[in-house]
Amino acid sequence: MSDANPTGGFIPRDRNWQPDALTPPYKTSIKRSPQAALLSFPTSLSEETSPVFGHAMLGDLDNDLIHNFAQSGQSAIGPRLIVHGRVMDETGRGVPGALIEVWQANAGGRYRHKKESYLAPLDPNFGGCGRMITDAEGFYEFRTIQPGPYPWPNGMNDWRPAHIHFSIFGHGFAQRLITQMYFEGDPHIPLCPIVGALKSQEAVDALTAPLDMKRTVPMDSRAYKFDIVLRGRRQTYFENRVEGM
Amino acid sequence: MVQKLETLRESPSQTAGPYVHIGCTPNFTGIALYGGDLGSAMKTGPVQGTEITIKGTVYDGTGTALRDAMVEIWQADAAGLFASANEVRGQADPNFTGWGRSPGDMETGEFTFDTVKPGQVPWPDGRMQAPHITAWVVARGINIGLHTRIYFADETSANATDPILTRIEHQNRIPTLLAQPEGAGTYRFDIHLQGPKETIFFDI
Repeated sequence: MSDANPTGGFIPRDRNWQPDALTPPYKTSIKRSPQAALLSFPTSLSEETSPVFGHAMLGDLDNDLIHNFAQSGQSAIGPRLIVHGRVMDETGRGVPGALIEVWQANAGGRYRHKKESYLAPLDPNFGGCGRMITDAEGFYEFRTIQPGPYPWPNGMNDWRPAHIHFSIFGHGFAQRLITQMYFEGDPHIPLCPIVGALKSQEAVDALTAPLDMKRTVPMDSRAYKFDIVLRGRRQTYFENRVEGM
Repeated sequence: MVQKLETLRESPSQTAGPYVHIGCTPNFTGIALYGGDLGSAMKTGPVQGTEITIKGTVYDGTGTALRDAMVEIWQADAAGLFASANEVRGQADPNFTGWGRSPGDMETGEFTFDTVKPGQVPWPDGRMQAPHITAWVVARGINIGLHTRIYFADETSANATDPILTRIEHQNRIPTLLAQPEGAGTYRFDIHLQGPKETIFFDI
């Protein structure tokens, strides 16, 4: 049975590793952070289950942000990229069938959103979102353009490092995660108050994708690798039982 | 020195930011893709049980409604079964997904879920939990998604024996977890991120 997936409760989230709710340099967190202690409980069926997303729901261009919003025969403007990686759980197992949704600014640092006011222009051929489902071993990839850094209203002169937002759905609602991928070598990373919510350089590194020359397509696209780790489940051999049963 | 524990660390969370709707509900933002937004309909046909609507608003610590939040809910069907690959107790209602996602109203931020009243689901020790819905809230300014639960104010007897509700130290905060009937199958469940009415959030 050693190959069977564990079916115990999910391993508790490490709150000393994950960012706190209140991180004052990121000003919006001040009035949006709960102040009471979180109520800790082991997971139950309500968190150990989750909806199933089938590959059948995907369109051919869902994971191609260069083309999924573009006019026929055209493509989004910007440095062409492949982003790939593997979704695993804390025990190192690949997570197949995980739904990944991504969104990002265009090459000029502008989002396609009516509340967005940055003066950089929209790209008529770039929507800025894509989605995919991991394969049988947890691997995924998508094609996009390099997003630009952009200024945002926080301090007088705060700029976000170039980043791609990721939303990940694993096999249990307890694993639900939203995070951001940063790019190796971006000098904005250590300056950003949102990155600054992370508690250690190790945590920043865990969200920083390296350039992956082995996956670049010559004369076409560069590649970055971004692995994602979701919460794992405990083995159940010694699960709580009434003694003697 | 000792041996190394060979486990990976969960990827750190970062805020969903102000444009989570582009990624998760693009059609809501005017980006027509995918043939519709995931989670916008929880019923795919005639469903078993009592159909209900849950409405609510997410408020910050100043009492201002959030208009850039995303709320997701996950729940059992009327018989207490989940439409999940991990469900081993039986076959859930094939016309009910159990999962909803709402970007909230563009102007007011109010979220709406057309769903069914969930059945009871066992706690790990076998006791039955009161009917409840798991909810998850993300938004700009929220560094890590917030888990809470929606229980029902009209489930008095089930709530009185629920394994979680009975173990909450500050019983005066329990009303923050109770959806209140507003008549005609509608319930209200407002979420307060902070302040005297702060919702109980879970580390679960």
